[in-house]
Amino acid sequence: MSSHYEAPIRRPLIIGDKSYHDITVEVAAPVEGKANKLWWTAFTIALLAFLWGIGSIIYTIGTGIGVWGLNKTVGWAWDITNFVWWVGIGHAGTLISAVLLLFRQKWRMGINRSAEAMTIFSVVQAGLFPVIHMGRVWNAHFVLPIPNQFGTLWTNFNSPLLWDVFAISTYLSVSLVFWWTGLLPDFAMLRDRAVRPFQKKIYSLLSFGWTGRAKDWQRFEEVSLVLAGLATPLVLSVHTIVSFDFATSVIPGWHTTIFPPYFVAGAVFSGFAMVNTLLIIMRKVSNLEAYITKQHIELMNIVIMITGSIVGCAYITELFIAWYSGVEYEQYAFLNRATGPYWWAYLLMMSCNVFSPQFMWSKKLRQSITFSFIISIVVNIGMWFERFVIIVTSLHRDYLPSSWTMFSPTFVDIGIYVGTIGFFFVLFLLYARTFPVIAQAEVKSILKSSGENYKLYRDAGGKNPAPSKVIKAKKTTSEVIEEVSDQKNVLLGNIGIFDKATQNADDLKLISGVGPKLEETLNNIGIYSFDQVSKMTEKEYDLLDSLLDSFKGRAKRDDWAGQAKNLKNNE
Amino acid sequence: MSSKVIQAMYNDDDILMDAVKEVRAAHHHIEEVYTPFPVHGLDKAMGLKGTRIAITAFMYGCVGFSFAIWMMNYMMIEQWPQDIGGKPSFTFFQNMPAFVPIMFELSVFFAAHLMVITFYMRSRLWPFKEAENPDPRTTDDMFVMEVAVDGNEKELISFLENTGTVEIKVTEK
Repeated sequence: MSSHYEAPIRRPLIIGDKSYHDITVEVAAPVEGKANKLWWTAFTIALLAFLWGIGSIIYTIGTGIGVWGLNKTVGWAWDITNFVWWVGIGHAGTLISAVLLLFRQKWRMGINRSAEAMTIFSVVQAGLFPVIHMGRVWNAHFVLPIPNQFGTLWTNFNSPLLWDVFAISTYLSVSLVFWWTGLLPDFAMLRDRAVRPFQKKIYSLLSFGWTGRAKDWQRFEEVSLVLAGLATPLVLSVHTIVSFDFATSVIPGWHTTIFPPYFVAGAVFSGFAMVNTLLIIMRKVSNLEAYITKQHIELMNIVIMITGSIVGCAYITELFIAWYSGVEYEQYAFLNRATGPYWWAYLLMMSCNVFSPQFMWSKKLRQSITFSFIISIVVNIGMWFERFVIIVTSLHRDYLPSSWTMFSPTFVDIGIYVGTIGFFFVLFLLYARTFPVIAQAEVKSILKSSGENYKLYRDAGGKNPAPSKVIKAKKTTSEVIEEVSDQKNVLLGNIGIFDKATQNADDLKLISGVGPKLEETLNNIGIYSFDQVSKMTEKEYDLLDSLLDSFKGRAKRDDWAGQAKNLKNNE
Repeated sequence: MSSKVIQAMYNDDDILMDAVKEVRAAHHHIEEVYTPFPVHGLDKAMGLKGTRIAITAFMYGCVGFSFAIWMMNYMMIEQWPQDIGGKPSFTFFQNMPAFVPIMFELSVFFAAHLMVITFYMRSRLWPFKEAENPDPRTTDDMFVMEVAVDGNEKELISFLENTGTVEIKVTEK
């Protein structure tokens, strides 16, 4: 079809000979299947780390912030470093789903769901830090402009810290509804496939009764577009405002007008690195290599390379401006960063963030999955050290040399940080087993333009992978049965004949892939019970296919026999 | 009031699009089309009017913007003007630059959330809402077109059979 044309130079985004139904089955598979040992191991480790974090947080709240490694000179260290690090990671999701939507980049569709999930989970981690840093968490509501017992005591709207409250909460809540709106059709898909009543109930609840009417889709697309238009400046504003926490102060090393764009680039940089880390593992574990392809990883590597280079330019500009300004304090702050006692952190930051992404200029390296994974970890480490360098090295040698000191974290600092990593992975691992991790409805809409099979058909000719037009629909199945009564008898001979007088018929619609019409057809063939279906093997599937005029191959693809076996046992 | 509809099922979006055009050309009334994913151009082919939801988002954004101005003016200028760090709050316009970030955030907050709520209400989507798709396969790989029957059932069925449908069902609605 000419309307699905896409330039042959664009590489396919869906690999293999897929139909719409294949996409459904493969996206639903991780949710419908059972978790393997690896998942349980990862989940246990993450949960233990999370529990350690909870312990450290409780200890902090119970005893006071004195349990952290902070001192008079370095009054802000790991807490704010971790906050900025997590917020930064939370930038890729909305960037992928919003900015790439505005630019009509189809490759966003394979990865946007997971990237948005990552965004939400990491912003949750980020939000924890300011809250526990308040010391008296039970007064956390004081950051909101709500009437209180002091009459007219309001929050200070001139403070960048309050802007942060508004920016982060707007970002978190808007990302959440953006994510959820996109999830509705996919939850509906899981709902309509669900076999067990409990799953059916849960996914009906989550899908908000999504039905897929033409008008709903029209609104859905418009809402997605407007949300993308709103989220694009929003995502840029969030890290801009985070950078104001530093840039509006008068500390040498912080008082820099380059901070907003530099922080945003750094955030996108670290966010894409984290997306790469997570998706390289997930595509393998959940068998989604056909949807999160090498092409996706390569494109993300290019974004990492570009944003890494922007960050590098910003580092160098900072140094230049410090020298050029002629301000001694500013000059010393940067000299101290590079050559002072924290030179090792500065070197780590420079090599991880500026040097390592430059390898991505090589096509061979950016197409290597292993190399991409290593770089993604390196970048995450580098970006944590960037924040550490900015925050701690600017503070530890202040205007009074007599108060110069160093910072070392206590076990509580480390515990809270590791705890948030654990919490993040607990959420992500649960997500990977219960949510449709690929935006399957959207992926289906690009199958004909970007699917490998359709591209091959258009560019090299051959058979059209799309279903061909049926000229006359079969309204009754009786005629079909007459023609093929021989095959029918063989089939029934193999799987057993159903005796209406002594046996009860099962609800075959419980097998996912069987609708009311197909059930009728099966009944007409003489298949009524799960027991019969569960006896099907390769040979019976072929026989069944020859008896059906549509839905060919479906029984095998959906593993009806396996499903029926389960249903039979559940009865 | 009961009305009879014919539900014709298709297994491909292009066949569905052609069918929708044929049915419209033959002046039959399409009640509804259920699809598993957004089929581009389907709303135009069905003759649906454009959605006005983007306009509501703009209006909600204006509400958020005005609310932010009102709130900060009331709290920081009118009710309790303070001298914070030697930067007194005298007039709204002198303080305004510091209010820009929150004006922006609240405009986005209002526009995004109220638009999504409007969408959910208009499309009748909320927790515990029962799904109304005629067949569970319409969220998988099947497309269903519902055509109203107006005493011409036989004729309509034979017409639809020639549009490439794979299943036809007549139901009361």
